Amino acid sequence: MSDIKKIKDEFLDKLSKDLNIENVNQIKSELFGKNGQISNAFKNLGSFPPEERKKFASDLNFIKDELQEKINKKIQEIEIKEINSKLDNEKVDVTLPERNIIRGKIHPVSQVIDEISSIFSEVGFSVEEGPDVENEHYNFTALNTPDNHPARDMHDTFYLDDEKKLLLRTHTSPVQVRTMLKGKPPFKIIAPGRTYRSDSDQTHAPMFHQVEGLHIDKNINMGHLKGCLSYFIKSFFEVDKIKMRFRPSHFPFTEPSAEVDIGYELKDGKIEIGEGDKWLEILGCGMVHPNVLKNVKVNPDKYQGYAFGIGIDRLAMLKYGINDLRAFFETDYRWLNHFGFDPLDVPSNYRGLSR
Amino acid sequence: MRFTIGWLKEHLVTKFKDSQIIEKLTDIGLEVESFEKASSDLDNFKVAKIINVEQHPNADKLKVCDVDIGKKNTVKVVCGAPNAKKDLLTIYAGPGSVIPKNKMKLAVSKIRGVSSYGMLCSESELNLSDESDGITELKPNRYSNKVGKNFFRNKTEKVIDLSITPNRPDCLGVRGVARDLAAAGIGKLRNLSNIKIKNSGPQKIKVSITKSKNQGCSIFGSCLINDVTNKESPKWLKDKILSLGQKPISAIVDITNYVMLDLNRPLHAYDADKIDKEIIVRNSEKGETFEALDNKDYKLDDDMCVISDNSGILGLGGIIGGTRSGTEFNTKNILLESAYFLPRSIRKTSKLLNIDTDAKFRFERGIDSQSIEIGLNKAAQLITEICGGKVSNFDIQSVRKEKKNKIKFKISLFDRITGFKIRDKEIIKILLDLGFEVSKNKSELELQIPTWRPDITQPIDIVEEIVRIKGYNNIKTLVPEKNRIKDTLNKQQKLFHFLQRSVASKGYFETVTWSFTDSKLNNFYKENYKEIKIVNPISSDLDVLRNSIFPNLTFYLKKNLDRGFKDISLFEIGPIFKSNKPGDQLTVIGAIKSGKISRLNWNDENRSVDVFDAKKDSIQTLIEAGYDRGNLFVREKSPSYYHPGKSGSIYLDKDDIEPVAYFGEIHPNIIKKLDIKTEALVGFEIFLDCLKDNKYKLKDLKSKFKFSDYQKSDRDFAFVVDKNFKAQDLIEIISSIDQSLIRSVKIFDVYEGENIPKNKKSIALNVTIQSSEKTLDENDLEKINKLIISTVETKSGAKIRS
Repeated sequence: MSDIKKIKDEFLDKLSKDLNIENVNQIKSELFGKNGQISNAFKNLGSFPPEERKKFASDLNFIKDELQEKINKKIQEIEIKEINSKLDNEKVDVTLPERNIIRGKIHPVSQVIDEISSIFSEVGFSVEEGPDVENEHYNFTALNTPDNHPARDMHDTFYLDDEKKLLLRTHTSPVQVRTMLKGKPPFKIIAPGRTYRSDSDQTHAPMFHQVEGLHIDKNINMGHLKGCLSYFIKSFFEVDKIKMRFRPSHFPFTEPSAEVDIGYELKDGKIEIGEGDKWLEILGCGMVHPNVLKNVKVNPDKYQGYAFGIGIDRLAMLKYGINDLRAFFETDYRWLNHFGFDPLDVPSNYRGLSR
Repeated sequence: MRFTIGWLKEHLVTKFKDSQIIEKLTDIGLEVESFEKASSDLDNFKVAKIINVEQHPNADKLKVCDVDIGKKNTVKVVCGAPNAKKDLLTIYAGPGSVIPKNKMKLAVSKIRGVSSYGMLCSESELNLSDESDGITELKPNRYSNKVGKNFFRNKTEKVIDLSITPNRPDCLGVRGVARDLAAAGIGKLRNLSNIKIKNSGPQKIKVSITKSKNQGCSIFGSCLINDVTNKESPKWLKDKILSLGQKPISAIVDITNYVMLDLNRPLHAYDADKIDKEIIVRNSEKGETFEALDNKDYKLDDDMCVISDNSGILGLGGIIGGTRSGTEFNTKNILLESAYFLPRSIRKTSKLLNIDTDAKFRFERGIDSQSIEIGLNKAAQLITEICGGKVSNFDIQSVRKEKKNKIKFKISLFDRITGFKIRDKEIIKILLDLGFEVSKNKSELELQIPTWRPDITQPIDIVEEIVRIKGYNNIKTLVPEKNRIKDTLNKQQKLFHFLQRSVASKGYFETVTWSFTDSKLNNFYKENYKEIKIVNPISSDLDVLRNSIFPNLTFYLKKNLDRGFKDISLFEIGPIFKSNKPGDQLTVIGAIKSGKISRLNWNDENRSVDVFDAKKDSIQTLIEAGYDRGNLFVREKSPSYYHPGKSGSIYLDKDDIEPVAYFGEIHPNIIKKLDIKTEALVGFEIFLDCLKDNKYKLKDLKSKFKFSDYQKSDRDFAFVVDKNFKAQDLIEIISSIDQSLIRSVKIFDVYEGENIPKNKKSIALNVTIQSSEKTLDENDLEKINKLIISTVETKSGAKIRS
């Protein structure tokens, strides 16, 4: 018994020293190798008288386990130490720049179109589109603006033929006509898109964007129009309160017609939408003119409703503080980077319009 | 439409404040653009302070003064006044000012070699006194805190500027505005004075209107006024004309203008002595010419309404008079015209000749046909008052009766359209105030429309009249209903939005450029498309509709490169045009990428962009949109603006005829011609209209998950093939050998050169083999190996490389 106790103490002592993995393997074989001391002790088990043998075997097993465990621990210790010492050499300067980041941008007009679509989607509108090139009939005549109507002058139209029959649409309203001609009421649509007028200065661009709205059903009145636009404007500008003013105006294709102003104030040269005491015109609207309904084969005695047209670029400017309309179309990389949106920012009902 | 409050009150009795009037105008649809004083020439004269005086270097008697003109501005003024000294308060006139005494207009000028910005004024120059010995000296106690302020008070009245919509010609006269205000409860409309002018004797110049087809004039009223003395207008009239920003000309012209602005009744005054015998209102004949009052010669077409005499044309009816019969200061006898011209005829003529005048503007919108005599009466009265003379009887010729229109109005239409009710009594009052004649028949009104309202033709117009006068603020705000008729977006629209964000997520900046472009740029990219010219382009370098997205993208890319950017990725999704027919357009993504990948990064591989970047971005976009990479097929064919050897087209399926995308390097010749300076330029295009509807929804695709847990094996091969042999074909040959076993084929090396025969290349592939039924043993693998080699060798003529 004392012999094995001596072995145990001797080797525990050895193992507590600073060792490398070879030393530990050496110790392992000295103990448990073919002629290892513990191995030999097991071999000698038979030489003990039976009454002691049991006790000795039990002690021996106990010591064996203890040493084995100690050796395993030591090996683990050394391995961890080795990895740690390696790590010291593997150290890099993590403050060096990361690999180049690839980040694209969505143009503010596209983002705002998505915002608008999301808002109107929530109250049941669907999106319609129409061609950029229109004929004179869809752009004017069908919209109750006959050839001799002075309102045509206000449209600075781009023409594509000498007879002035083909043109670039001056508003998105022809989509109303196309939509109603190809379907049956009720209609509840918005139509965002490019529009064109031959007008170019600081506040006018020869191309800009509009969104048309149209809701025709049996009993849609001016109260619905006001409610829809009020809902839209609040949602779009993400404010709870907004001052809105409906004021009579004239468009050949709606009667009665209105223009809508919203309240704003200037804070540090930036427009703030909401409660201010200045007015800003943002859209035109009205009840669809019975002549227009007749032109698209909808019975004005049975169906009625409203239409509106909003300048998308203008909305984007107001919401995101963009001062210069022309910059929208000038592809300045710095501008696109600054005013562009991350493609992952998809406006939606449940995640919100914008962050 | 501009007028003063004072003028308005000549027609309106009101106790309302200016601000209330202004607000009400906007509320009833007469939008107030501005309400401010007209700027005056005298605004240019400012209180100023001399802060330093130096001797003029080249003239003994002149001084150079530094003058504080307020708002932290100091200017140098050369001055000869003996009393100019430091700290003197005086009056400064800047460049552009007109000196009251001699009407001289100031400009920046060099006086003996020193620039003088304006001048310091003496009292005499300003007509303040006769004192001309030195510049004005202002008392410090009154003026020291007024530096920079106007010296003269602007005594003009504030002018209301209304933006009148085209449906309201009646409000192009002050009286019409007053009528609307009265109806809206802002005061009471005054009656027109009914003092009838004393007429003496017949109108001696014979007037006739020819009864031709397309006659543009239906009524021609006139009177002669003999023995007038034309002169400058009196002050009250001049002030009125001036307050509108117009120039007074002579009493007769000013009076006709005044009546037009007051009653919206255009008139024309002829010098009666210049009329050859008679007035004939007729249609022009092609080729006739005349010189108009704008001093331009006009050559007329057929069927334009002209006023003529026996010698020829005197004027274009309702548009512009001619020089031959114009009034002058020495005019003795005048013929005054008050007529009705048809809007359609006016519009047609003025458009063809490109003339825009006040009269034309009014006639084309529609003039009150019943105002002929009222206009003659008022103008004749003023002319005799100011210029003297005797007025003849009024001569009214007409070829057509302008009838008064009636409509029936169901009162219930009002709340059906507006969503709120008002009492019948109130409706009737509003209509009466607006000039309607009303008779009520149970739930219906019979209305006679006032002749000054040509815009009102049907019941819906009556709804608008009532609601705008009652006030739009009475309309309720109803909470929107959420019922839906159809999906917000259809499949193609969803695809549009998906692809837009898909391309942006690959590092491209989205841009929006004009749908038109420069034909010179467009020519590089238009291929077989027709050029679509814009008849009236905004400028000569935006003269055609674009046949491709690339002309604009490369144009703006160059601009950004010139700004110093190098690595640029841009894209646009939008229309390109195939012809000038509505709908003949395609929706296209165009994307370009210039420069290098990972420029100036300490760690990453740094290389120029190449065709495989464009290929990757286009293919990945298609895969993200739901198209299976396995089916996509690439051909070498591509449009001429791509590098012929480094570009291709992508098809959704091998058997498709129409490609859905192109990708490649932009042709070096174009890069050179456009002078684009970059290491490399690549691009791709995706044609949304060619992307066939993906039949499967995600839920269909998701149900087919199958996998194998049996062991995979990888085998490498290297084949030597003809240099022109397509890697895509090699992959397809191997993939189709046994689709149940060959899971993927990857090319990891392509080699030409040493040890490979000329005109050959070596392609090294890695093939992953896995069965879904068992673990393959060596025998199975050896079998498939051999099959791969033999199949490739037979089908492609390749040789396995040993």
